[in-house]
Amino acid sequence: MAAAARLFLRGAHTKLSISSVSTVPQRHFGPALLKLSPSCDPHTQTQCRHAAHFTFQPDLVPTQYGPTQKMNLFQSITSALDNTLSSDPTAVIFGEDVAFGGVFRCTVGLRDKYGKDRVFNTPLCEQGIVGFGIGVAVAGATAIAEIQFADYIYPAFDQIVNEAAKYRYRSGNLFDCGTLTIRAPWGCVGHGSLYHSQSPEAFFAHCPGIKVVVPRSPVQAKGLLLSCIADKNPCIFFEPKILYRAAVEQVPTEAFTIPLSQAEVVEEGSDVTLIAWGTQVHVMKEVAQMAQEKLGVSCEVIDLRTILPWDVETVCKSVVKTGRLLISHEAPITGGFAAEISSTVQEECFLNLEAPISRVCGYDTPFPHIFEPFYIPDKWKCFEGIKKMINY
Amino acid sequence: WSRENCVTHDHRLWRRSLVTSQPSLLLRAVQVLSLSKETVLNFYHKMTLLNTMDRILYESQRQGRISFYMTNYGEEGTHIGSAAALEPNDMVFGQYREAGVLMYRGFSLDSFMAQCYANADDLGKGRQMPVHYGSRDLNFVTISSPLATQIPQAVGAAYAIKRENINRAVICYFGEGAASEGDAHAGFNFSATLECPLIFFCRNNGYAISTPTNEQYRGDGIAARGPGYGMLSIRVDGNDVFAVYNATKEARRRAVAENQPFLIEAMTYRIGHHSTSDDSSAYRSVDEVNYWDKQDHPISRLRHYMASRGWWSEDDERAWRKQSRQTVMEVFERAEKRLKPNPELLFTDVYEEMTPALTKQRESLFRHVQQYKEHYPLDLYDKDSH
Repeated sequence: MAAAARLFLRGAHTKLSISSVSTVPQRHFGPALLKLSPSCDPHTQTQCRHAAHFTFQPDLVPTQYGPTQKMNLFQSITSALDNTLSSDPTAVIFGEDVAFGGVFRCTVGLRDKYGKDRVFNTPLCEQGIVGFGIGVAVAGATAIAEIQFADYIYPAFDQIVNEAAKYRYRSGNLFDCGTLTIRAPWGCVGHGSLYHSQSPEAFFAHCPGIKVVVPRSPVQAKGLLLSCIADKNPCIFFEPKILYRAAVEQVPTEAFTIPLSQAEVVEEGSDVTLIAWGTQVHVMKEVAQMAQEKLGVSCEVIDLRTILPWDVETVCKSVVKTGRLLISHEAPITGGFAAEISSTVQEECFLNLEAPISRVCGYDTPFPHIFEPFYIPDKWKCFEGIKKMINY
Repeated sequence: WSRENCVTHDHRLWRRSLVTSQPSLLLRAVQVLSLSKETVLNFYHKMTLLNTMDRILYESQRQGRISFYMTNYGEEGTHIGSAAALEPNDMVFGQYREAGVLMYRGFSLDSFMAQCYANADDLGKGRQMPVHYGSRDLNFVTISSPLATQIPQAVGAAYAIKRENINRAVICYFGEGAASEGDAHAGFNFSATLECPLIFFCRNNGYAISTPTNEQYRGDGIAARGPGYGMLSIRVDGNDVFAVYNATKEARRRAVAENQPFLIEAMTYRIGHHSTSDDSSAYRSVDEVNYWDKQDHPISRLRHYMASRGWWSEDDERAWRKQSRQTVMEVFERAEKRLKPNPELLFTDVYEEMTPALTKQRESLFRHVQQYKEHYPLDLYDKDSH
C-alpha cells in the first residue's frame, strides 16, 4: 500500500483517483496496475528521479598490487576490512547494524567469517560508538567504528575533537588512540536531503590531531582506508555513498596502501587547476573535458584525497604552473574547505595568480531535498567558473 | 549486592542518620578483614600523604606558584579503598578527583608536582593544567577536562582487554554530576550490551561545583540507574575505606570472571572547594562542611580503627605528620626550581609524526622569538629538548 501511495504522490500535477489496487509483490507493481480515472492523463510529464550529476570514470587497472577483481565501492571497503581482520587479530568492527552487513553492505560476510566478538552491533549512540572506539584503541587494539551517515556524526563531535584528536598531545605521548578509524557514508545521493547528504569534512579540518580522508573510487577507497587503519593517528574516512554501487573498478584483492596527505594529479593540464575530492572529482574530470572541447582550455585536475593534513605542496606546484585555481565541493561555501585551500594558495602563490581563486560549492543552506539539482555544484556551474577565470 | 545495601541516598537524609551515630557504630558494616597491619597502615599513610600534598599544593596556588589545583579532601577513602582492591595492571580511567588512586599505585610526589608545575620533568610534557595526571607505567590513563568522556572509553578498553583473555579489569571513576552527561548513559548501556569486565565507580560527593544532588537528579542516585541498563550495582559508604575495598574487590572478581560491568556508588562528601577557582561558602554553610570534616572523615575513621587495634598512637600520628610534611616540602621546593619544558614541545605529539605544516609553523615561531626574544620568558624554559 505504501508503494501505491508513493506512486500516487509522484504524479503531482494531475488529480488521480485510485479505483482499485491489486495486491501484488512490489517488484511487479507498475503504473499500469493503478486504474486511473478518465480525467487523468497518464502521459503528463511525471517527475522522473533526476539522473546522476556525474559519470563515474574508473582509473586504469592497477598492476602493481597483485591480482584484481571487479568490485564496486562498498565491495572494495569490504575487501579492505576483510584484509584487516585477517592480518590483525586485534581488529574489531562495530557500529549500528554492521553485524548483518550494514545498511550499505560494507560489512557483509565479515561477522560469519571472523566471529561475533570482532564484528558486532552497538546500541544506537554515536557518542558511545566513538568513545568506545577510542577506548579500544587506547587499550592497543585496532578499532574500526562505523557511523551510519556522516550527517549523524555530530553527537560524537566532542569525543572526536576533545578526546581522540588530543589524546597523544595532552598525555605527552603516554597514551594515544592512533589505531582508531571512523568510517561514515558521505555526500549527496540524489534524494538524501538534509540528513543523508552532508559533507562535514570542514568541521573536522579545523581539528589538529585527526586525519580526514575522502576517496573518489573503489581502488582509492581500499588503499586509503587501509592507510587510515595502519596510520598511527585517529582517522575519519568519509565514503561517497552515491559511489557505493555506481563506481565499479578492477580492485586489487590483496592489501595495499595509498599514502595519506598526498594529493593526486589525475589529469595534467596547463591553464587551470581544478581541485575536488570524492564524487566531485568525476564532475571535474567532465568539466575538464568540456573546457578543452568548448574553450580550448587545458585543465589540471587534482584529487585532494586527504583533507587534513592536506598536501599544500602539490596544489601550489600546480597553481604556480597554471596561474588559475577553481575548487569545488558540495558542502556549503562559507567556511567550507575550499576557503582554507584558497587562503593558503593566495599566500603562497599570490604573484602566480592570473585571476581570483574560484570556489564553486553548495549554497549556504541546509542540503535541500527537491532542490538538489539546483543546489549542487554541477559541471555547468564549474564550467562557468572556468570561463570567468579565463576571461578575467 | 542485595537490596539491603541500597538505601535512600538523599544526602541530607544520609547526613541526618549519621548525626546520631558514633564513629565506632559506623564500622558495624565492616566485615572481618584479612588485611594485615602493614596493609592498613599503608592505607593510612597514603590517605594522609595525599591530604598533606593537597594542603601544600592548594596553598601554593593561592600564593601564585601554580596556576590551579583541585583537592581531594574527604574522598581519600574512595581512592585508597578502591585502588587497593585492584591489580596493578588494571586500567584506570578517571575524572580528576582520584589522585589517591595514583598515589596508592606509587606515583611519586615528584611526578605529581612536576605535572602541577608543568616543569621539564612532567610526564605530560607541560601540556595540561594541574591535576591532569597520567601514567603509562601505572596504567592510569591521562585525565582530560571534559566530563564523563572517559566512561564510554573505559568500556572500549574493557572490551579489548576481554578479548585478550587475561586477568585484567578496567575501573572508571566519575562524580555524580558527570553521571548526568550523555556519555555516561552511553557508557553504561554499551558496557552491559557488550558484556565488558569493568567497574564503574561513582564518587557521589554531594556537589558538582555548586550544584547539589537534588538539582542533579531526582531518582535514587546513580546506583539505581544500574538495573535500568541490566547492570548490577551497589551503594557503599565511601568514607569507610574497608567498605569501599570490599565492594571493589568483589566487583573486580566478578567482572573478570563473568565479563559484566558493575556499578559502585560510593557516598562521600567533598569537603574542599571544587577547585582553587571556587569558594564554596557561596553555596553551602560552614556548619555543613564542618560536620563531615569532624564527624565523618575517612581519615579519622580509619585512625580510630587503627587505634582500636593498637596499631597507631598519638606519637605515631605526630611523627608521621611531621615526616610526611617534610617530605612533601622537599619535593615541592625541588619542583619549583625546575625549568619548564623546551618550547619545541609545543609542536610535537599532535600526530605521531611531525607534519610539513607544523614544521613550518615551528620554524616561524622560532624565528619570531629570536627577533623578539626580550618579550618571551625564555629563561624559565629548558634549552634542551628530550
